[in-house]
Amino acid sequence: MPILEPQQKEPICALATPAGRGALAIVRLSGENVLEIAGKVTNKKLTPRIATYTNFLDRNKENIDSGIVIYFQAPASFTAEDMIEFYCHGNSIVVDLLLKTLCEHGARLANPGEFSLRAFQNNKINLAQAEAIADLINCTTEQGVRTACRSLQGEFSNQVNKILENLIHIRMNIEAHLDFPDEDIDVKRIKVIKDNLENLNHNLDKLFQTAQQGERLQTGASVAIAGKPNAGKSSLLNSLAKSEIAIVTNIPGTTRDPLVADVNINGIAVRLIDTAGIHDTENEIEKLGIERAQKNIKQADIILWLSDVNQMHHMNDMPHDLDKSKVVHVYNKIDLVNSNKDEDKVKGVTYLSVKTGRGMEDLIEKISEKLIGQPQGDTPFLARRRHLNSLQQAKENISNAQNCLADFGELELAAEDLRIAQQSLGEITGEFSSDELLGRIFSEFCIGK
Amino acid sequence: MTKREEQYDVIVIGGGHAGTEAALASARMGCQTLLVTHNIETIGQMSCNPAIGGIGKSHLVKEIDAMGGAMAMAADQGGIQFRVLNSRKGPAVRATRAQADRTLYKAAIRSLVENQENLQLFQHGVDDLIIHNDVIGGVITQSGLKFYAPAVILTTGTFLGGKVHVGDTNYAAGRAGDPPAVTLAQRLRELSLRVGRLKTGTPPRIDGRTIDYTKLTVQPGDTPTPVFSFVGDVEMHPKQVNCHITFTNQFTHEIINSALHLSPMYNGNIDSTGPRYCPSIEDKVTRFAERKQHQIFIEPEGLHTHEVYPNGISTSLPYEVQKKFVQSICGFENAHITRPGYAIEYDFFDPRDLQASLQTKAIEGLYFAGQINGTTGYEEAAAQGLVAGINAARQIKQQDPWIPKRSDAYIGVMIDDLVTRGTLEPYRMFTSRAEFRLILRQDNADLRLTEIAHRLGCLSEYQWNRFAKKRDALEKQTLRLQNAYLHPNNIDVNLSNDVLGAELKHEYSLYELLRRPEVSLDKLQLLSSEDLSDISPIIGEQLEIQAKYAGYIARQNEQVERMSKQEDVKLPNDINYAAVIGLSNEAKQKLSEIRPITIGQAARISGITPSTISLLLVHLKANFSEKKSA
Repeated sequence: MPILEPQQKEPICALATPAGRGALAIVRLSGENVLEIAGKVTNKKLTPRIATYTNFLDRNKENIDSGIVIYFQAPASFTAEDMIEFYCHGNSIVVDLLLKTLCEHGARLANPGEFSLRAFQNNKINLAQAEAIADLINCTTEQGVRTACRSLQGEFSNQVNKILENLIHIRMNIEAHLDFPDEDIDVKRIKVIKDNLENLNHNLDKLFQTAQQGERLQTGASVAIAGKPNAGKSSLLNSLAKSEIAIVTNIPGTTRDPLVADVNINGIAVRLIDTAGIHDTENEIEKLGIERAQKNIKQADIILWLSDVNQMHHMNDMPHDLDKSKVVHVYNKIDLVNSNKDEDKVKGVTYLSVKTGRGMEDLIEKISEKLIGQPQGDTPFLARRRHLNSLQQAKENISNAQNCLADFGELELAAEDLRIAQQSLGEITGEFSSDELLGRIFSEFCIGK
Repeated sequence: MTKREEQYDVIVIGGGHAGTEAALASARMGCQTLLVTHNIETIGQMSCNPAIGGIGKSHLVKEIDAMGGAMAMAADQGGIQFRVLNSRKGPAVRATRAQADRTLYKAAIRSLVENQENLQLFQHGVDDLIIHNDVIGGVITQSGLKFYAPAVILTTGTFLGGKVHVGDTNYAAGRAGDPPAVTLAQRLRELSLRVGRLKTGTPPRIDGRTIDYTKLTVQPGDTPTPVFSFVGDVEMHPKQVNCHITFTNQFTHEIINSALHLSPMYNGNIDSTGPRYCPSIEDKVTRFAERKQHQIFIEPEGLHTHEVYPNGISTSLPYEVQKKFVQSICGFENAHITRPGYAIEYDFFDPRDLQASLQTKAIEGLYFAGQINGTTGYEEAAAQGLVAGINAARQIKQQDPWIPKRSDAYIGVMIDDLVTRGTLEPYRMFTSRAEFRLILRQDNADLRLTEIAHRLGCLSEYQWNRFAKKRDALEKQTLRLQNAYLHPNNIDVNLSNDVLGAELKHEYSLYELLRRPEVSLDKLQLLSSEDLSDISPIIGEQLEIQAKYAGYIARQNEQVERMSKQEDVKLPNDINYAAVIGLSNEAKQKLSEIRPITIGQAARISGITPSTISLLLVHLKANFSEKKSA
């Protein structure tokens, strides 16, 4: 029988607490080099078993959140490997950013039951629990498969498969160049392969963006509330945050963001951002605030542009450079208007009164419609972080392959990058063996003297 | 027990490419070896086209050579044209191919076999195996002679139940002109091994005197002439000759199309699978109907014969049709067919019933190598013969089998593919089968394998000394380049910009500079005061490749490392997959059938998911703990 020595395996990370809202969330990281990874995220040297309050930084050293981090030195940890636990705010956006950062530093997302499996392999869990773990792996896998199936139905899977199909086609041509140089076959010329790769990269880029938007539906979208001063922006934020729709957390505004609130709108996690009123001003401080507001507005997934229905000159106060597809135009303060005849209303605009609450339900419908309706009529899909990682990997490898071909026509190196790219996409759609690739070559080209 | 005269350590049945490498390897390792063949005159015979190597295949040949095998040396002694394929592409996909004079090649192999210590030959067909309680004991020849050995290697090629087809006539044969092994085939079918049928084909051979060469495109060999063996030499090569190229045309295709109903593959006489990459001309014309012509590569059969092998028109159409379509081809207008083309069907055994040592799972001490395992090609056969020979010898010495990993050698890729995934068509090697293609190159086959061969004891002293010298020189020169620096202050700026393609910003070692795609050792010599002229071309090539591929090699090595963690976890032989909690029925069935030896191999079985692997690990651990506590 083999002896399974406790060993440090590749670093894995996962959310250890139940997904969804809560005051706190715990993210676990286990395996080799985790101390180094944690160092990059916290900028601190961690001491075993000491709880350290710290900021969590993303790859660009921007602050994600602040919280507690604890280092469990091997073998005194749940998995018997070096392990780090991050205690952050129980907010899906924060958790997602943290996991993304850990992956960028070299960890990968854990498979179902993988922490327990490692614990078991390293004698941290006794034999009686073995069956339970087997059940756990099995049950979570089944769930995982079901979830994956759901998210793989429809547009996303179609698009990944389309890209995969193109990638296989390109690989087929390159491999035919490499394995059958002596054959009289119509393999695509390198120039054409380059163009195809360019195209592929472009499509992958588009898919990545769409997937990112899709993922946002699951992990959260940002909604900026904007408009002229005194249009009722802060009241609207308060109203949305304090309504029955359930508050997740209330993070006090940083210097950059006057006020931010995380809410749940029809099942979608939404971060509301109140922005400074936009108007012409000579005040230097106010000017800075407006610049930041404009940046926030640009980055938001949805913009609620608020106008005071009683200030008729506000009606066309929206800046022209706003992305109209993102904007929900709102006329506030209808409680102050005497006549409320429908025929007077401007089409496509939401009328409401933050004060009385009239029209608020309409607004909520509009927001979720906007979120789910995006983008360009593509059906929404659940692209999980795992999928995004795979797409990102594939993108990087395809770019590498392009470089290999561009500089010195190093076909076999490009082939290697594309092989890895396909492996990454295969993590979404399933394996594709070298024999199947050869099968494609043989069915496409007349090979064999 | 007194030693009987008929007692050997290892008996090899078959004198083809697998059989000879198997017998040579076992004998090199000191085992008393007997090679039994139905005809000593056909030892080392090339039954198909007269060429050794090619892409993917030459990787195998160089690996066999690095392990002390015969094939590369025989190719150097029998090769009448040498080329490097993919010479303008990267080193990982470069390959050597030699056209061989059949007679010279055969003679070279025969000479190696006859002069090998511990190896004896015996000419007789084998009819039966001696098996007791699922353990091999020896072989029985057609006339009832018995030879005993605890290890027997079967390398019967296409001879098991072989059946030749030409048009609608067919007859039993091992290859055209040789009898098949019918009794042995029947005997083997009684064993609990899964058996299938495959087919392959050959083109008609043509008398070169009836070909108008002035109408054909000449394809000469490369200069300087490549050499196959790591210990070979261009001086060994016989006279070099040209190959030629011609094409089929619309008329050829019409003739074939109108006679399709006479082809045994299309009228239902043959339903076994042929190789997709080596289709018959009937297949090509049907499947790629839009093509107006197909290439034919005319290979000389030898220096002292006029016969040629027109590669690309393998067929089993009746002779009259063959003659008609051959004569429709440019340059072949008056061609005389010396031997008609034919298709041959033969038995093969499902390689998933083999261990990775190539020992059968069903019969202890019985090994299979070559076409019997569903492969095609001399090189694939020879590589398996080598592995079976080594492992039979190790069995005799009571040592664990040698199982090269996928990251060690193309040989490892092939054997892992065969025993893990099986095959539906004759299996041939391609570089795209090797995920670690960038580290498995033909240029470094010796660096990868020769030390292993030395440890296994299947290498000559001469070859070991040659290798050790090369390895030491490479290490020395690598160190030297790593420690020789080029400083921007000490060089001519214009010259260095020219050579390096960019300004030298700070000090670099010559080794670092060599990594740049446009920089070669010759170019570095222009800049450096270091005298690089003592670096031999072979060492220089190796230095350049290793430097240029460094990043990719590092990445592949990381993958190898990750994979080896799984490869190191062995799955016990007696594991009861039905009892593993949580496995799907499909996984249980596949794992029970293939019985992978490591977790890594299990993961490569099609349809085995990561969660299955997790469940296996849990089961393994639980089982192990139970045994320990008991």
